[in-house]
Amino acid sequence: MLKLENITKRFGSVVANRRITLEVARGEVLALLGENGAGKTTLVSILYGLYAPDEGRILLEGQEVRIPSPKAAQRLGIALVPQHPELIEAHTVAENLALGLDLPLAFSRRALVRRLAALLEGHPLGVDLEAPVARLSAGEKQRVELLRALLNRPRVLVLDEPTSVLTPKEAEGLFQEIRRLKALGLAVIFISHKLEEVLAIADRIAVLRAGEKVGEVWRQEADKDLLVRLMVGRSLAPPPKVPPPREEVVLEVEDLLVPRHGFPVQGVSFTLRAGEVLGIAGVAGSGQAELVQALAGLRPHQGRIRFLGKPWPRDPMGLFRQGVAHIPEERSMGVVGGMSVAENLALRTYPRFVRRGLLDYRAMEMEAEGLIQRYGIRTPSPRTPVRFLSGGNVQKVILARELWGGPRLLLAMHPTYGLDVGATEEVHGRILELVQGGAAVLLVSEDLDEILALSHRVAALYHGRFVGPVLREEADRERLGRMMTEGRV
Amino acid sequence: MRWELDPSPSPWKVFLAYSLFVALALLLLGLLFRLYGVSPLKAYGLLLSPLGDSLGLAEVGRRTIPLLLIGAGLALAFRVGFFNIGAEGQLLMGAVGGTYVALFLPPGPWTLPLMFLLGGGLGAVWSGLAAWLRVRFGANEILTTLMQNYLVYYLVVYLVAGPWKGQMVFGFLYTDRFPPEAQLPRLGDTLVHWPTLLLGIAAALGLQLLLFRTPLGFEWRVLGENPEAARYLGLKGGRLILLAALLSGFLAGLAGVGEVAGIHLRLLEPAQISLGYGFTAILVAWLARGRPLWALFTAPLLGLILAGGDALKLALSMPFRVVDVVAGLLLLSLIGAEALSQRRLVWRR
Repeated sequence: MLKLENITKRFGSVVANRRITLEVARGEVLALLGENGAGKTTLVSILYGLYAPDEGRILLEGQEVRIPSPKAAQRLGIALVPQHPELIEAHTVAENLALGLDLPLAFSRRALVRRLAALLEGHPLGVDLEAPVARLSAGEKQRVELLRALLNRPRVLVLDEPTSVLTPKEAEGLFQEIRRLKALGLAVIFISHKLEEVLAIADRIAVLRAGEKVGEVWRQEADKDLLVRLMVGRSLAPPPKVPPPREEVVLEVEDLLVPRHGFPVQGVSFTLRAGEVLGIAGVAGSGQAELVQALAGLRPHQGRIRFLGKPWPRDPMGLFRQGVAHIPEERSMGVVGGMSVAENLALRTYPRFVRRGLLDYRAMEMEAEGLIQRYGIRTPSPRTPVRFLSGGNVQKVILARELWGGPRLLLAMHPTYGLDVGATEEVHGRILELVQGGAAVLLVSEDLDEILALSHRVAALYHGRFVGPVLREEADRERLGRMMTEGRV
Repeated sequence: MRWELDPSPSPWKVFLAYSLFVALALLLLGLLFRLYGVSPLKAYGLLLSPLGDSLGLAEVGRRTIPLLLIGAGLALAFRVGFFNIGAEGQLLMGAVGGTYVALFLPPGPWTLPLMFLLGGGLGAVWSGLAAWLRVRFGANEILTTLMQNYLVYYLVVYLVAGPWKGQMVFGFLYTDRFPPEAQLPRLGDTLVHWPTLLLGIAAALGLQLLLFRTPLGFEWRVLGENPEAARYLGLKGGRLILLAALLSGFLAGLAGVGEVAGIHLRLLEPAQISLGYGFTAILVAWLARGRPLWALFTAPLLGLILAGGDALKLALSMPFRVVDVVAGLLLLSLIGAEALSQRRLVWRR
């Protein structure tokens, strides 16, 4: 159906794709697996007409085609479901879908819905056409994107990391839909860096690393080990064992209530001991962000919190001084892009560098050099503005700064979001080091595997209600999934 | 062919983009002169004529003084995220404060320092009010400071027409002349009141040091670039904004004292005191890119445009506001150059 031949794309001196050849047939799911920066997105952009390849050609049913724009891609029958839904929140589902149609200047709402229903005949809708998009869940928004892609009756459907915003249950629904479309004869390209889902849905798996295709295997021949070796170029070390927690109680939270828009976060009670990791799962927007913000002193709350037997300091500075570190949800909140790596490493500790009223930049940069070495931060120099660093290195800057001075408690929210396998491994290693040293960790993540791998106990938030915690040994993916989607232990 | 973002343009390209746009601005300006019936070359010559002789340089100098004081302060305020559009009003407040000391307190060696102190203080109160309204109630400082300009404007009109109207000025709207103790020394025959110029240079140097070498400046820069990060770190955002606003208002107030004590020697109608220095200084600060030190270069540049505009007005009887056109075109071209240098054109098959 669709064939890419020797596609090469360079950005300046960087080769994003090097001589990549791929083929996907009618009624087949080809998975494109690779870490961040492996070249998946570039390849998709070429296929969808956003970039022109420097070399190579694209064949559609044996015919060489040129794809100068997304419009051209659509005309050729290539449709894309983007990673993050790109919908107009204030408009209804039908209006958003209408953007993909050639419409007359004026039309009635009724006629539009009728026309959409006709175009989508045979596809289950799964959403209310008249509902405003703002009220939909992440899964429903993605459903709208998928419907929009189907409007043009595509031959090739490209899904770019489609599960990154979904709950496990929603992901399962998506997989069923993909199987249905496959049966209808569509060629599907499924892009992901998650091994489990690739193994669950693909017929064939092509692995990209550093811009090159390093392997292509049939599903039957593939297993996790093989794929990881291809993706990372080496086997991953088995995750270090998390030692059992100690006796000393670090954090006691009793009946915490965090008011917020919509529903409050409530019923939060738990204790955290030294050397213990409590993982908190939840569908995005269930109140995890608000819970962490409240604990980090950024949001008012009611209830009792005791830290090392003392009352909780409520401001972020006091918290850090007493040994509470915080990896914020958004990386952009944790650094100042225009300031240097050294300055960002000193965002918490800059008062230490004051000599006679002035900041001693020499000392600050010397200390930064040490942290850069120890944490393996890849930067040309301590004076480089942080915004020139990659996401993984920015996260290392945050980690190095927050773990400075040996915190007793770490509040970590999505610590590995958007990081590749290698960087994720490093971040996990640092967190475990901290735990082995006797610190307590509150880990909030949307990655259930991450929570299950690191935690001693797990809990979930369901519409702001705290569910659990339960011991890690008594929880598996299914049970955790139920906790976060049904609110039952 | 398409536009793409260029995250790290080469210095050569930036230079080229700026040259291109400045040339474009000059071309447009030339066209305007042409339409007005003036030879563009002659007009450019006049615009740059103040550079030719010491008298002209002095004219540039005296306009540089308030632009430098205000521009350095605004560069700081903008960097911290306080968009003070009210420097004009703060300057007038300074003039009022200085005049009060000059006319109503017993004169002596303390008069000038006291004038600067009270003038700067009133300027700071005026900008501090807007900052407080923003911190406390979330009032947009662009609107409040802009509106405050009108309040002081009419306060000054009221003062010179009413209670402070001079005894021997008959029909004119201004106060009596300041006593000698309240007059700033000048360089020779020029209107360059050098003590204020020194204050301006000190302000640019001092603010630069404060912003880039002290813990306070560190916090200011964090807050200005990433308020979310400042919140995350627990910085006291309100206090930081208030402090930056007070400083910029204080400096504008000093500029106001300089104008009345160094040039006019009395308080008069607001439009005659200031020539819109408070607004032109926004350009000075914008061109300085958040670096108070750079105001040492951008203030004389705008000072030259103001002085050159005066020459245009006198020699060609063009309206004085032609300087606004020059400054505006310059600003537009610089914004355009900025945008251009951050994009690149990609040719594709």
